[in-house]
Amino acid sequence: MSGATVDHPGDLTADPGSVVTLGRIEREFRAARDAGRKLLVPYITGGYPGWQDAVRAAVAAGADAVEIGIPFSDPVMDGPIIQQASQAALDAGATPVSVLHEVRGLDVHVPLAVMTYYNLVHHAGETRFASSLAEAGISGCILPDLPLEESGPWCAAADAAGIETIMLAAPTAPDERLPLIVERCRGFVYSVGLLGVTGERSALAATATALAGRLTAITDKPVLVGVGVSDAPQAYEATRVADGVIQGASVVRRLIEGGPDAVGDYIAEVRAAIDAD
Amino acid sequence: MTLHDEELRTAERDAARHDSDSMLEPGVDGRFGEFGGRFVPETLVPACEELAASFTEAWADPVFRDELTTVLREYAGRPSILTECHNLGRQLGIRLVLKREDLNHTGSHKINNVLGQALLAKRMGKTRLVAETGAGQHGVAAATAAALLGLECTVYMGAVDVARQSLNVFRMELLGAEVRPVESGSRTLKDAVNEAMRDWVATVGDTHYCLGSVMGPHPYPWMVRQFHRVIGDEARGQCRELLGTDPDVVVACVGGGSNAIGIFSGFIDTDARLVGVEPAGGAAVSRGMPGVVHGMRSYLMQDEYGQVEEAHSISAGLDYPGVGPEHSYLASIGRAEYPTVTDAEVIEGFQLMARSEGIIPALECAHAVAWISRTAPEIQGQTVLMNLSGRGDKDVAQMKDVLSA
Repeated sequence: MSGATVDHPGDLTADPGSVVTLGRIEREFRAARDAGRKLLVPYITGGYPGWQDAVRAAVAAGADAVEIGIPFSDPVMDGPIIQQASQAALDAGATPVSVLHEVRGLDVHVPLAVMTYYNLVHHAGETRFASSLAEAGISGCILPDLPLEESGPWCAAADAAGIETIMLAAPTAPDERLPLIVERCRGFVYSVGLLGVTGERSALAATATALAGRLTAITDKPVLVGVGVSDAPQAYEATRVADGVIQGASVVRRLIEGGPDAVGDYIAEVRAAIDAD
Repeated sequence: MTLHDEELRTAERDAARHDSDSMLEPGVDGRFGEFGGRFVPETLVPACEELAASFTEAWADPVFRDELTTVLREYAGRPSILTECHNLGRQLGIRLVLKREDLNHTGSHKINNVLGQALLAKRMGKTRLVAETGAGQHGVAAATAAALLGLECTVYMGAVDVARQSLNVFRMELLGAEVRPVESGSRTLKDAVNEAMRDWVATVGDTHYCLGSVMGPHPYPWMVRQFHRVIGDEARGQCRELLGTDPDVVVACVGGGSNAIGIFSGFIDTDARLVGVEPAGGAAVSRGMPGVVHGMRSYLMQDEYGQVEEAHSISAGLDYPGVGPEHSYLASIGRAEYPTVTDAEVIEGFQLMARSEGIIPALECAHAVAWISRTAPEIQGQTVLMNLSGRGDKDVAQMKDVLSA
């Protein structure tokens, strides 16, 4: 599988012109962005019934990468929809091992990232967990309860295994904190859209475009907005400032209500919206 | 009144002495040894940093300390007394002394922490408290402090606990708080913590998370400990007055571990044996291994993949799969021990204390009674100080069902 091809980013400096090998996500995202494409990353809960077909449908409909959730018992950054999907996946017997095993059967042409919570990494051991991601063909990892100050051991293990650690930047971060987060980011910068947990909102929060603007002003790494980007018009609005969007609860709700086909239809709709102009 | 003032001065002297005891302070990374830290979503990092700075500044400010001391004395009823259990002591062959936190306003030790945090929240310009609760004791205390100080209050409580402790739900509502039942996960304390953190992530601008135990991200384990050390500091002076010396054993129940760390704080630098009693179904220290949840690295009950296990205890207040990081540290260095007792032993202990001393303990504290009763043959003639951290009124309906079944 192409996702298993691993580049070692090593000590990535802030200067993209220096001699540095980028990971697959950052390399592909930079190239797409520079070619004028807005980036679209759906989130799908691993282990939820039909999740693999949902990933394939999303990729076929124009996703640039897919974020795969490994369900955790206590997902503090997730709202009711993703909690419901996570619980259903756990009840169906999903484990980190089973989800990564199923990842191997996806055979999709875009890079994949895992989103989970730190205790699953801590419990397995950083090095072992990073290796298990790489062996499954995963390119990136997002740990929303692992802030910069606590991220050292994981980031070192991830870098060594060629896994791109995607850090979150929050609207509450003071100006002096953002460059530190951006510097530690691999793959892309995850710009948190609002104060709150994952879930659908009726409008895009003003914080979404404000933070994305603050980030694009200080980095040329791709900046994607996630959390609270709830439909195609909001995705369009966010991508006027950011390089792309992550779609979580809106995708998972469609998976729950309509299955993999509904996910594909929705991603096609968002793809069309952000490609406008 | 003179005695009262004398006790307060003694407590303050002890507090000052302990403040210089660096062994009890977390490191710059918020850790006690390898436990603790700050594992929170990025959104909350600035709030935790602000809270740590505000607390450090307030704790060093005599004006804040006077304000807290005054409200603890004039509102909460501190200092709490010591009661010697002559009947039970004789029966067990030990000298047993209770620190009567059950006599505080709202009926438990929890008032110490919430008054401290509510005063701090106001000082920080926050207008709303959010809290989690298990048995309802912390929720009632938080609602009380919010009413006193004019703050809004939202309390998250697992749906299972809402059913077990319906009177406490009504108490919180009487006090003007909004109680939100939590239907996710195991629908107990751990899920209430998750939901309170989710609320705080969304409302961090005007809301203070009034965490109810010595757990969570830095600075909570340390800050909550400081607010509860008054228990141990008072007890140390009172024990010297009553016993002429420090006790041989200091015992308290442990869920998150706030009442235990409070009383341990007064005796950490003595020769006293420190015993934290966990429920057999929520034994983080003896059955868990280090893990990360609720913002901290600490002993945690978890499965082979790191999924957090559900705790099971007759007592809602101890139904927690983790434990405060300072307890993990004290266990790891061998300074404190964390035995377990079963629900059946707890039911015995509950009745034993009621019948022999005329004191109905909270089910949580009945864990400590159960350990003392079981261990008495090994500690004959020793003096035992037990933190009676809450009264059992809230538990009588549940125990009526248990005992008539």
